[in-house]
Amino acid sequence: MRTEIPFEENLNSGHLACPGCGGSLSMRLALKALGRKTYLVLTACCWSIIDGPFPYSAVKIPLMHTAFETAGSASSGVRAALDILGKKDITVMAWAGDGGTFDIGIQALSGAAERNEDFIYSCYDNEAYMNTGIQRSSGTPWGAWTSTTPESKGEQKKKMMEIMAAHRIPYAATLSPAYPEDFIRKYKKAKSIKGTKFMHILSPCPPGWKTSSEQSIKLSRMAVESGVFPLYEIENGTKYILNNPTADFKIKPINEYVSMQGRFRHLNKEQIKFMQENVTAEWQRLLRKTKYA
Amino acid sequence: MKEVTTGNHAVSYGAMLSRAQVIAAYPITPQTQIVELLSNFCATGKLKAKFLKVESEHSVMAASIGASLAGARAFTATSGQGLALMHEMIHWAANGRLPIVMADVNRSMAPGWSIWTDQNDSLSQRDTGWIQLYCESSQEVTDSIIQGFKIAEKVYLPVMVILDAFVLSHTSEVIDLPDIKLVDKYLPPFKARDMMDLKNPRAFGGLVTPDFNFELKYKIQEAMNQTIPVAKWADREFKRILGRSYGIIEAYKCEKADTILVTSGTITSTSRYVINQLHAQGKKNVGILKIRMFRPFPAKDVVAVLSKAKKVAVIDRNIGYGVGGIFCQEIKAAFGNEKKHPEFFNFITGIGGRDVTPKDIQGIIDYTETHKKPKEEIVWVGLRR
Repeated sequence: MRTEIPFEENLNSGHLACPGCGGSLSMRLALKALGRKTYLVLTACCWSIIDGPFPYSAVKIPLMHTAFETAGSASSGVRAALDILGKKDITVMAWAGDGGTFDIGIQALSGAAERNEDFIYSCYDNEAYMNTGIQRSSGTPWGAWTSTTPESKGEQKKKMMEIMAAHRIPYAATLSPAYPEDFIRKYKKAKSIKGTKFMHILSPCPPGWKTSSEQSIKLSRMAVESGVFPLYEIENGTKYILNNPTADFKIKPINEYVSMQGRFRHLNKEQIKFMQENVTAEWQRLLRKTKYA
Repeated sequence: MKEVTTGNHAVSYGAMLSRAQVIAAYPITPQTQIVELLSNFCATGKLKAKFLKVESEHSVMAASIGASLAGARAFTATSGQGLALMHEMIHWAANGRLPIVMADVNRSMAPGWSIWTDQNDSLSQRDTGWIQLYCESSQEVTDSIIQGFKIAEKVYLPVMVILDAFVLSHTSEVIDLPDIKLVDKYLPPFKARDMMDLKNPRAFGGLVTPDFNFELKYKIQEAMNQTIPVAKWADREFKRILGRSYGIIEAYKCEKADTILVTSGTITSTSRYVINQLHAQGKKNVGILKIRMFRPFPAKDVVAVLSKAKKVAVIDRNIGYGVGGIFCQEIKAAFGNEKKHPEFFNFITGIGGRDVTPKDIQGIIDYTETHKKPKEEIVWVGLRR
């Protein structure tokens, strides 16, 4: 059954995103799905700039800018105010990057999730501190070049979805801007659920990944098809639902995905093989989890 | 209605009577009783508010900011390390022009660990744009929280109501709990001037280039200037409707004083006791200037009182490391351009909760009276050297 992509635009053009930014397309899709009865809580990240300098704002909804580590906490305060003022039908959405989610913001996110605060937490993950010029975060994949991992990152990407599942929140999902209907469906589903909803979006970043801006959608699709960033949902932290690829799909080798990105250019055959082994192992693990759904 | 209460619970009553709507809270000694009683009020329906049990003080202030910007009356409380932890968001609340009221129980900063009182925690925040009120009694605490909201919601700056750890926070006193109907008359429901609103969607707190930032910060200073007359007005209104007033400073028995002690917090009460005894003995040349409002610093009012004295003994329960007592420094600055000024004596005492007794106050008076000028930049009282 096809999901309709709403016609209404809740994001103005003229915002400051780089051409090919996964984050701008993601915001556009998310706001289409949620509609204008939404308050946006925006922490320090590329989107702090993308929305535009005073006196401009690109989004057509009330927006609260907040400090880097406070997406979870500021949103909790907004939600509490709306509830006590009787405005329970307004959706609160936090919007943060991987830095503000995996690293500096993880305490506030964990706190909000543990309290099962009623809000949607969106993490658009471009896999590094891009706003400050491409420094590593714990969301940076193994092997990637960043300005603080010039010899390539030695640690594996933090498993944020597993961390959120451990909080037993009602809903967590991965999303890719290359799959807009899946994207819209998931945001509409999140809106209909009470409690903490965690949306992990892969957001290609041309300057940070060293890719051409017109390749962002292709990269977003290849990440899914190679099992690097599969699309799935977790309900109540225990039920895993696989969306894309499907269980019978033979995931494509990562080589094409990796070779398109300058941040992986320095990797040799051995290293790419190591990367592939990890991707395959994680994919197998995910399949086993969905079997027990 | 008379009630026996501790300073901490007086805070809770103040927030309850002010009909705070969102209370984000985190425990820390010696403030914990504040949030415990508020939690009880919320659970029993005595206060219709959302009680957010966030996971750190940084989150306390972030949540308070979110709540205030979404249009709710936000209240919280903290102390010492907790206040220091939320320092980034303390700036955010003031720069964001949000009328949040917070109680701070003055607690000495670590290391070493101390739960006892001195003022370095709150004074470290003195440049953030928060209004600061220092209280000496439980009654004043309850009343100052209510006044705090009235001031905050007029000038759009957050207010810190400050009380000494243990000496005030944990000491029981009798207070008169105002009738909530009278408080409602004094403090109407919060109607935010600027807030997140679907009818008028705007962005708050975003990127501000050098072309605009200077004016935003200037406006905070302007609001601070406005705060002095607004606080006096709020105090007069409080007297009119609820029967009590405190002033932003209080000159106590200064009519014939050539020596004036300057105090804040509970040292004021101890000093009153000593001064009363002296006056009863016919010695009327010593008085007290209590500083209640430290930010904005009421320079004109302070100069007007102190310029009548020959000697001013400032009693600081804090240390501005590298400079001296912070209240003394601000008072000297207030006299900066005056042609004449009294001789200033800077006494520092009571750090880390060391008790400040009537004997110490008498010692301060004796030193001041027997010295033309202070022998040292800082006169340390009660220090074991």
